Amino acid sequence: MAKSFASEFTKGLWKEVPPFRLVLGLCPVLGVTTSLKNGIGMGLATTFVLLCSNILVSLLRKVIPAKVRIACFIIIIATFVIVVEQMMQAFAYTLFLDLGVFIPLIVVNCIVLGRAEAFASKNGVAKSTADGLGIGLGFTWALGLLGAVRELIGTGSLKGDVFGLIHWDIPNIFGAAFEPFGFAVQAPGAFVILGLLLCAMNLIPSK
Amino acid sequence: MGEMIKMVVVLTILSVISGGGLKGLEEWAKPKIENNVMNLVKGPAIRQILDEADNDPVKDRFKIADGETERNVFVGVFDGAADTVVLEASASGYGDQVGMVVAINMTEDTLRGMAVTTHKETPGLGARAKDDPSFAAQFVGKSIGSPFSVTNDGGQISALSGATITSRAVCSGVNQAVETYQRLKPQLEEQIKGMGK
Repeated sequence: MAKSFASEFTKGLWKEVPPFRLVLGLCPVLGVTTSLKNGIGMGLATTFVLLCSNILVSLLRKVIPAKVRIACFIIIIATFVIVVEQMMQAFAYTLFLDLGVFIPLIVVNCIVLGRAEAFASKNGVAKSTADGLGIGLGFTWALGLLGAVRELIGTGSLKGDVFGLIHWDIPNIFGAAFEPFGFAVQAPGAFVILGLLLCAMNLIPSK
Repeated sequence: MGEMIKMVVVLTILSVISGGGLKGLEEWAKPKIENNVMNLVKGPAIRQILDEADNDPVKDRFKIADGETERNVFVGVFDGAADTVVLEASASGYGDQVGMVVAINMTEDTLRGMAVTTHKETPGLGARAKDDPSFAAQFVGKSIGSPFSVTNDGGQISALSGATITSRAVCSGVNQAVETYQRLKPQLEEQIKGMGK
């Protein structure tokens, strides 16, 4: 049991990291990763929803009738998304302004519904918790990495904070003469850099 | 039949719990969110349209009763005279309500400026009502004697191209603010009397 708990957690961090290995949930991956800060913020918001919905779906899996399970999952997921939206407005308003419409869109993030349907509705609470946390944190580091690469190339420095708790400010990593490559922080740049990261990930074996 | 009833019951209970919980959360978060909007969105917008004021209009604000509602009023002091009030207004745009702040010069009955604060308009189209300063600049110095409308409707404001609905919403919001101002003018004058010194 202990072993499978750990493996459910770690699979999301590397072997099944959603955007890179499964290529799922790409809408926020491309949309909000203009900076490391936005990537991590979005990732953590999704992690919270994923964790809570996985726990609740797993708890209620014997009660929910099979025919209306998707509707039930969506109610649960939508509820937690609104919780995140309200909390973010109350405590991290500037981040909320940056992420904008992508926070409500977590409702239709296929990773969240996918984990509810494919995992939490078939497994116990402990395993579902590990699964939600692992997949969520995997999603977070993937968004953070893409955001960091785009911010570095697009602006030449890294600057931001996570909910006011951790701050970082690294100016001019490539030296003062570096000319920021603005393409990287625009929408087409997201596709190109995601493509390059996917390629890099595939060169590293998943096992 | 039994399965049918179970489906209805489960879905109903889930929805009720979810709805009730979210209502509670909203009540709890509302004052915090309003505070954030004031500090991070409205505050900077008001300071920007009243950037030549001698005071801090966000600090010098008060609430005034208007029928059953209470309205925020921000006061701007120019050359030692408190002659400008900023009112909030909102009107339905293309996405959701378009919120704005409208500054009115009380001695001349003209607009000193307006700025869009909260909105959910399309980025690049309606969102330019907030992002494009030349749109808001059209309102500056205009007399509030006649209502504002876009040129398509025979008015004096050129609409943002591709965003006529948003432009109309902004005009109607400004008109609302002007109506409120005219309705409350005696009380407003009373309130701001000693504020300029």
